[in-house]
Amino acid sequence: MSAQPQSRDTAARRWRGGYAVLYLAFLYVPILVLPVFSFNDSIFVSFPLKEFTTKWYAQLAGQPALFDALANSLKVAIFSAVFSTLLGIFAAKAMTRYRFPLQRPAFALVMLPLVIPEIILGLSLLIMVNRIGLSLSLYTVSIGHVLLCVPFAVAVLLSRFEGFDRSLEEASLDLGESAWMTFWRVTFPIVFPGIVSSLLLTFTISFDEFIIAFFLTGSETTLPVHIWSQLRFPQRLPSVLALGTLLLVASTLLIILAEWLRRRGIQPDKQPDM
Amino acid sequence: MANSDAFIDIRAVSKRFGSVTAVDGVDLAIRQGEFFSLLGASGCGKTTLLRMIAGFEMPTEGDILIDGQVMTDVPANRRPTNMVFQNYAIFPHLTVRDNIAYGLRKDGLPRADLDRKVDAALEMIKLSGYGARRSTELSGGQRQRVALARALIKRPKVLLLDEPLGALDKKLRETMQLELRQIQDEIGITFVFVTHDQEEALTMSCRVAVMAQGRVMQVATPRELYETPNSRAVASFIGTMNFFEATTKGIEGERLLLDAQGLGGIAAPVPGWQVNGKAVVAIRPEKLQLSLDRPQGEVSAAQGTILNSTYLGDRSHFHVRLDGVEAPIAVSAQNVERSMRDDLDDGTPVWLSWRDTAMVVLPG
Amino acid sequence: MTDHANTVSPAAGSFGRLRLAVTRSEALRGLTLMSPTLFVVVAAMAVPLMLMVAYSFWSQSYVTLDTSFTLKNYTDVVTRDIYHILFLRSVTISGIVTLVTVLLAYPMAYFVAFDVKKNKLLWLILLTLPFWTSYLLRVFSWKVILGYNGVINSGLMSMGVIAEPLQFLLYNPFSVIVTLAHAWAAFAILPIYVSLEKIDRTLLEAATDLGDGPVRRFFRITLPLSMPGVIAASLLIFIPTVGDYVTPSLVGGTGGVMIANIIQAQFSRANNWPLGSALAISTMLAVTAIACLSIWLAKRGTAAIR
Repeated sequence: MSAQPQSRDTAARRWRGGYAVLYLAFLYVPILVLPVFSFNDSIFVSFPLKEFTTKWYAQLAGQPALFDALANSLKVAIFSAVFSTLLGIFAAKAMTRYRFPLQRPAFALVMLPLVIPEIILGLSLLIMVNRIGLSLSLYTVSIGHVLLCVPFAVAVLLSRFEGFDRSLEEASLDLGESAWMTFWRVTFPIVFPGIVSSLLLTFTISFDEFIIAFFLTGSETTLPVHIWSQLRFPQRLPSVLALGTLLLVASTLLIILAEWLRRRGIQPDKQPDM
Repeated sequence: MANSDAFIDIRAVSKRFGSVTAVDGVDLAIRQGEFFSLLGASGCGKTTLLRMIAGFEMPTEGDILIDGQVMTDVPANRRPTNMVFQNYAIFPHLTVRDNIAYGLRKDGLPRADLDRKVDAALEMIKLSGYGARRSTELSGGQRQRVALARALIKRPKVLLLDEPLGALDKKLRETMQLELRQIQDEIGITFVFVTHDQEEALTMSCRVAVMAQGRVMQVATPRELYETPNSRAVASFIGTMNFFEATTKGIEGERLLLDAQGLGGIAAPVPGWQVNGKAVVAIRPEKLQLSLDRPQGEVSAAQGTILNSTYLGDRSHFHVRLDGVEAPIAVSAQNVERSMRDDLDDGTPVWLSWRDTAMVVLPG
Repeated sequence: MTDHANTVSPAAGSFGRLRLAVTRSEALRGLTLMSPTLFVVVAAMAVPLMLMVAYSFWSQSYVTLDTSFTLKNYTDVVTRDIYHILFLRSVTISGIVTLVTVLLAYPMAYFVAFDVKKNKLLWLILLTLPFWTSYLLRVFSWKVILGYNGVINSGLMSMGVIAEPLQFLLYNPFSVIVTLAHAWAAFAILPIYVSLEKIDRTLLEAATDLGDGPVRRFFRITLPLSMPGVIAASLLIFIPTVGDYVTPSLVGGTGGVMIANIIQAQFSRANNWPLGSALAISTMLAVTAIACLSIWLAKRGTAAIR
């Protein structure tokens, strides 16, 4: 390589680096508005900043409806995460390990919720629930969330299962283990990081999901639906900011935890991912 | 039923994947304690056959018996076989020790017994002190040994090896060939070894089955395979062979009279198959002698010209053009004399000579 | 070989044969494993969608649902201008959002895939972290930023740059586009990054070796090979944003109302589920058609590159 194009490469790289920093700013400024104004002693979100205060956080503590909504969201999110990840494991294994007729169409069907607007998923479920005569509850929300989460779980797990060397399972069978024990002693430990990623992603999607929950929720609301109802009252605005800040901190901690877990797991040899 | 001495008895086994026939009506009898190789080019069905013995594939037709037991309904984890995989399939999340102990865990051995067994296995593969290593830190040769120990510690009746040396470099491969042979001699269990490397198959095996297109072409000892191949395909797959189209003229006592292209009228040993009309005469390169003058004595001879020559140190290779034969004839000669001079230039007219016993007559 | 048949299944009987068929058949085992997931998707998506289609051919008069077949809802959808305007606006806004988001995300993904050598993971976490926070709050914070008394206006005024609050920031298609481009960034970056990362670096060296400069190499090798990522990103953004009603109702104002707001209204205030269903189904079909057309065009475009 000659010196001239190399310096042009460096220049281009520097431009891209500068762009990346700007892009990060675009991503983060709206997020950082939440914590900054959550400590501001004014019910208006505007400059100049007033005194520092923690009273909006204190106000959160006096809202039992908020804690109910939080508990509901946690229930729904944990159920959806576990159930959709389980379904994801089945599907990913079926896709990578076996060949069967109509495999492609079956896979497309499973991934379809990804490209159908959520409002349509939510409304059509509302229609069905209504036809059957079920009453709206956290269960109906959970059904909608499992449906929404399955394609994400499958996508995450599939990439993990694809890098999985089938002869490892055969080696285990060959050494006398049953299919079930082979799953626990070989398959599970190796795809474990993928399972954690899937649980985490689907948990977050469900915990955060508003549109489907809005239609399918009954008297017990989830947290996003609760927040939505709060947005109508201007005087509640600062405490919504405080709540948002807490959620931001919680999800950041969750990501760090997940990353720590992932690093402790072992990568399949040939996967140069992330 | 035939094959009373068969330890692994493969009876009319076929395997089809959709419309592709991978293994086509194979009958094989592998004896107890034998080092048996399945040799063939890639896609010949040898690995599929091995995987059917292991229980990873089910025969579409036919049965496999091991030690008199029908294996058809026995899943892979209940079979008295263990396998060394082509890529070794070392569990990446376990240490070397845990990899080797993997198959013993369910036997519920006392901790001390288990440790002793694993230590002995580590010693056998000369990896004592590597037990606590992560398997991802091992070299290719070490992984191969771990895979071997992991399989052998189960005391299988049959050890299956799927091209276990293919991923190693030449030097290491030769060392491992020797070690494998030694281990097999010591423990005396049946080895079924899959390879595409004919030299490897010949060096290591008691008997070899040559496979092509899902069928077994010939089952024989390495020496028989080399000296008396039963078909043109086997003869050209094992080593180098010169072929001469021929027509049979009749039998004269122990000898078969033929008229061969480029060789003229010759008399070869009578083959074990029914001869009628067309045949192919085959001669190995090292069984042909080169000389400038017509050789004397009890030999047949033909005249040709040197096309090219290659000096290889211990021996030299020549290609010789014979009238009436399209393909150049390969000749290999030991360099018995210490000589700096090359007296066989390209274009030199030479005589080729051979003993009648050097010829193998194959079906045309 | 006369006792051949007997040796195949010693424990004969139909159960033994069935078990043998299952263990011998890869296809059956694969299907069995796939079936729970398929069941959930069929029961929670396919069946409800079919019900929605059925509803779209029914009609509503006040509180009673008339289940006799009618095309009235669809004639309404086709003939009434308001739906056309809203639909066109939704598609236009979503189209622009998709284009803007992908264009903004591509260099970013390229930077992480090719320029970042160490700490790739850190960059990816940084880029996706905002996505892990509440969607509702992200949209809401844009309302706070762009509002009449919001962060930008009050900030600029307190610095003395402007005297009056800028009115064009909020409650228009622009604010919807900015907000959505931010909210869906992760869906653009990740697929594009993955497809860029997968590109075998020796292909790029080969292109250089054969005489391509950086720009030609980008358009002839990098871009076509990253097209699957671009297409995936576009679909993942375009389709859901058409159906988004949170963003329009928070930051869109009257000028930013989208088709999803009307659909939602039919299922709540207006209480006309059949009309809402017809609107939803037509929107979905139209969006799918547009998406397929764009993919086809994108593939043709890529194939034209030599």
